[in-house]
Amino acid sequence: MQYQSQAVAKPYFIAAIALFTGQILFGLIMGMQYVVGDFLFPEIPFNVARMVHTNLLIVWLLFGFMGAAYYMVPEESETELYSPKLAIALFWIFLLAGAATVLGYLFVPYATLAELTGNDLLATMGREFLEQPLPTKLGIVVVALAFLFNITMTVLKGRKTAISTVLLIGLWGLAIFFLFSFYNPHNLVKDKYYWWWVVHLWVEGVWELILGALLAFVLIKVTGVDREVIEKWLYVIITLTLVTGIIGTGHHYYWIGAPEYWQWWGSIFSALEPIPFFAMTVFAFNMVNRRRREHPNKAAVLWALGTGVMAFLGAGVWGFLHTLAPVNYYTHGSQITAAHGHMAFYGAYVMVVLTLISYAMPIIRGRAANSNKAQVLEMWSFWLMTIAMVFITLFLTAAGILQVWLQRVAEVPMSFMATQDQVALFYWMREWAGVMFLIGLIVYIVSFFVNGDDKATAR
Amino acid sequence: MSGIFTKSMARNIFYGGTVFFFLLFLALTFDSHREFPKRDNSQNLTPQVIAGKKIWETRNCIGCHTLLGEGAYFAPELGNVYPRRGPDFIKGWMQAQPTGAPGRRQMPQFHLTDEELDNIVAFLKYTSEINTANWPPNIEG
Repeated sequence: MQYQSQAVAKPYFIAAIALFTGQILFGLIMGMQYVVGDFLFPEIPFNVARMVHTNLLIVWLLFGFMGAAYYMVPEESETELYSPKLAIALFWIFLLAGAATVLGYLFVPYATLAELTGNDLLATMGREFLEQPLPTKLGIVVVALAFLFNITMTVLKGRKTAISTVLLIGLWGLAIFFLFSFYNPHNLVKDKYYWWWVVHLWVEGVWELILGALLAFVLIKVTGVDREVIEKWLYVIITLTLVTGIIGTGHHYYWIGAPEYWQWWGSIFSALEPIPFFAMTVFAFNMVNRRRREHPNKAAVLWALGTGVMAFLGAGVWGFLHTLAPVNYYTHGSQITAAHGHMAFYGAYVMVVLTLISYAMPIIRGRAANSNKAQVLEMWSFWLMTIAMVFITLFLTAAGILQVWLQRVAEVPMSFMATQDQVALFYWMREWAGVMFLIGLIVYIVSFFVNGDDKATAR
Repeated sequence: MSGIFTKSMARNIFYGGTVFFFLLFLALTFDSHREFPKRDNSQNLTPQVIAGKKIWETRNCIGCHTLLGEGAYFAPELGNVYPRRGPDFIKGWMQAQPTGAPGRRQMPQFHLTDEELDNIVAFLKYTSEINTANWPPNIEG
């Protein structure tokens, strides 16, 4: 580790993995409820499990992003972090706020939670992914601003690189667009219109800048390729991202009461959204092929390449699959959407955070790379989780195609619930793939506790 | 990428492209706002509808259902449930939950008053009258 303060990333990474585990367990509960409808009812109704599943995802990715920033920025800026103490304090505040929120979801009826937390003062709750009570939302803003202050001050006092600049733009964008979560007009069309300014402009906008910066950082480290080359690629990729992704927001505006010209704007621009992901895949492979060193951390290289491929498949290909308005007319809000959501989040954001953790964690723990034995185990977890996610996506896609056909295309359309019964087989297969994912995750966690006596990798 | 295309050129294209397309997005948003009143059924945004939207939100309905195709995919689309089922069915349905049928998906009982049930029905009626470019494809949602 080049700078002592980089170590503050460690608790962030540990918390990220712990919350990730929680997310997967609730995912399995929901998967079960899809086929055994009354599973854990009324203790954990589906809507509660889903809130926990999606909110944990967001929170652990944020932990991952913050940890990544704390690790990367001192090294990029060639200076110690502005305030390691602030970073540690924010960690505990964010963790406690996150835990309190999840416990609130689980143990307090949502309407009561809304009443207790001031939703009557400013109604922001009850919208998908933005279910957090008002104090949690305010807490996110406070933590984000203090975090950004810490990171920005570090960059300002040290070397300014393209990677840290792009990372900062992404993180500031994340904080700024989250502010739209406080805007909840009575008019449902406007509510939905600006809800996407958080959700879409996060995951198909500024988060991709963070993704690009993390990937570029790890690629520089593990390949030894010239920074100028990698940073040029980074700018090209994020240009493509925002040029296509900003207007691409229009693919969410087809059927919510917005003007119909969005069908053209959204279709054309979002059809181009796979391009930056494809560029990212080419980028990752190209840099690894042109590597000037053999980094001992093979697992991190595997995660980096995996991110390139899976982000392209999940976000790029599976996004394109249903993004054109005439297709989306039939697939909107079906299991096709769920299939895309799963692989896109895993391939882009889960995998890039795991890439960074895989690279940084051994160094924080005082070695260039883990022992061969630990790395082999980590690579097993890579394949188990990634293949499981491919299966989850394929099964949900199959369910989605069947659902769309029976419910929306067939001459005598079936009702929603009758259709669900018809596709239950695919939901069962998805659940089993989910079990495989959990096994992969357990192997992943175990890999942190395997020592091995491979002296060659010790620094 | 050859040597002619430098990092600073890539950076400038990034800033220029981002600013241009964000401004274009803002312009389209501005125009959308002018178009909204023709499509968003806001003339029917009564206090009852507004109260209904709040019930919709504070019971986390979106955690199972979709509304205009957005939400969870566990339970039926409700953007068009008003024309599909009608007000009395919706109220009766909510009062009858959970069904308790073994192995079937269960909807919680929210203990809404009659007035609150009317509010949520009003909200769903208002939603069903938004011009959604003929989505969903049929009444089943």
